[in-house]
Amino acid sequence: MLYRESGQYKTTYSADQAIFTIPQDRVFFALMLLVAFVGIPLVATDYVYTALLIPFLCLSLAALGLNILTGYCGQLSLGTGAFMGVGAVAAWNIATRIPDLNLLVVFALAGMITAAVGMFFGLPSLRIKGFYLAVATLAAQFFLPWLFVKWGWLTNHATSGVITAPHLNIFGWEADTPLEKYLFALGVVALLALAAKNLVRSNPGRQWMAIRDMDIAAEIIGIRPVVAKLTAFAVSSFYIGVAGALYLFVYLGSTEPDGFGISLSFQALFMIIIGGLGSILGSFLGAFFILLLPIFLTRVPPMLGFDLSTAIVAHLEFMVFGALIVLFLIVEPHGLARLWQIAKEKLRIWPFPY
Amino acid sequence: MAFFFEVLIGGLMAGVMYSLVALGFVLIFKASGVFNFAQGAMVLFAGLFFVGFSEMGVPTWLSLLLTVAVMVVLAGAIERLVLRHLVNQEGIILFMATIGVSFFLDGFGQTIWGSNVKQLDVGIPTDPIFLMDGDILIQSFDLWAALVAGTLLASLVVFQKTRTGRALRAVADDHQAAQSVGIPLNVIWIIVWAIAGLVALVAGVMWGSKLGVQPAIVGLALKALPVLILGGFTSIPGAIIGGLIIGAGEKLAEVYIGPFVGGGIENWFAYVLALGFLLIRPQGLFGEKLIERV
Repeated sequence: MLYRESGQYKTTYSADQAIFTIPQDRVFFALMLLVAFVGIPLVATDYVYTALLIPFLCLSLAALGLNILTGYCGQLSLGTGAFMGVGAVAAWNIATRIPDLNLLVVFALAGMITAAVGMFFGLPSLRIKGFYLAVATLAAQFFLPWLFVKWGWLTNHATSGVITAPHLNIFGWEADTPLEKYLFALGVVALLALAAKNLVRSNPGRQWMAIRDMDIAAEIIGIRPVVAKLTAFAVSSFYIGVAGALYLFVYLGSTEPDGFGISLSFQALFMIIIGGLGSILGSFLGAFFILLLPIFLTRVPPMLGFDLSTAIVAHLEFMVFGALIVLFLIVEPHGLARLWQIAKEKLRIWPFPY
Repeated sequence: MAFFFEVLIGGLMAGVMYSLVALGFVLIFKASGVFNFAQGAMVLFAGLFFVGFSEMGVPTWLSLLLTVAVMVVLAGAIERLVLRHLVNQEGIILFMATIGVSFFLDGFGQTIWGSNVKQLDVGIPTDPIFLMDGDILIQSFDLWAALVAGTLLASLVVFQKTRTGRALRAVADDHQAAQSVGIPLNVIWIIVWAIAGLVALVAGVMWGSKLGVQPAIVGLALKALPVLILGGFTSIPGAIIGGLIIGAGEKLAEVYIGPFVGGGIENWFAYVLALGFLLIRPQGLFGEKLIERV
């Protein structure tokens, strides 16, 4: 009843091309943004920021990057963790070597460096696809963290091998408290998500999807696979690199450069499978779900009277993740985002379904 | 020179272990076109069950039988619960499903048996053997591993000639044609996964006796992926030879190139080698030339 678009006519092309074509969606989204920027800071505690919201923002950006590559362009990657590492190490190096540089520029440069590295490891995709490519990206996943540790220059020859992020200073605004860090991350993520949304509905995104759906047909209608695939790798790696930089600067604070392991890659992959392959919204839903699940698993059994050891919980988490992946692939290959879409379609005709 | 051979032989023997895992991959890929990421987890799973039964005081032969039974049940469950629902899906979806299966098995095995490193002793001798007047040292355990791998390979080759084996190859060639001559696909898939489970059990026992049964095995089993790229996804001999090349290559590289770049290159050498191979000869050494145009 509330969510009905009958009687709403689009009278201009720009109205037809809007991201949200009906006012209800626009209002809803504006409310979401309002909640994120104003509502949450009013109620959330420091624990919620540091344990949930900040990692959620960083990882959803990484998932978004992976989704561009895997969900939109159909190229499977198991190297997300390593590419986040590239972004983090690059941002750290730029920020410590050129201390006066604006942080946003640092992040952009780190993203571009990651994009270059990602394109390099994406080169095999021009000849191979599917799980062959997965092995190629595994090479990145194992090679790059090794490089971070062994190439002393990258960590400024720190004896402990730990890199510590400098203060966040954006145009003279020092982001020190969890709240400020959250707002900074939220700003970055919101901007990049908007850019991604527009990218995937314009020419490059359509090229990626054509390549994903059928590469030979795409080539015949005049899409150059080389360009489409490499731009997908570049854009995806840019996002993942910025996500890695955020992960270090805003969430971790300091880390060992080999901390960007394969488990992070799998986590990102699970996020997009559960959230929805080929959906911007899905990346966020998936990240939220994957981050909430462990918290849920540690909190709920004690409430119900089961006292599980942490080891058991960790194993259960593995089992639940595995089972959920299989379940989603069987029941709803398009993930949570598709469920959301179905809910909206139901809502259109609610409460009179006939 | 003796040192070189010692490293080479050590590497070849490590390669045999990778081959054992890769064999399981190839079997499933050939018969069902599923790229089974869960093979490594199946190795751990089988190893955990075997050790678990042994620790409960069950005699070795009986725990072996029980583990075989577990792996067969597992094969049936995977077919019934996962594969059957994903028929006609793209390979990449199936691949991701096996990643899910892999995580599930990993967690399931450890929930039941715990995640401590468990020593496994099935009575394989581990004394060192000296060759060439004591210049070269070989672990007799490694020789046994090679022997086991050889036996496994031989029995798999013989198995291919049996009635069931022929049915397997028919399914591998063409699902529809196989079905139309009366080969039941579902049964064949259970058989294939059960055999892969048995191969995983052998690998689990060998790796377990060498390193102890521990979760790290899953990570090590990832090395089977470059082995497959090298040997070809569809070739059983390729899995063996690819494993040997990867094993020997990474040990030699570690010893002779490692010192110049700070060591530790064993972890990624195999993958980078595979990456190079993908660019030059994507079908692998022995694989069928089936790469689709991209």
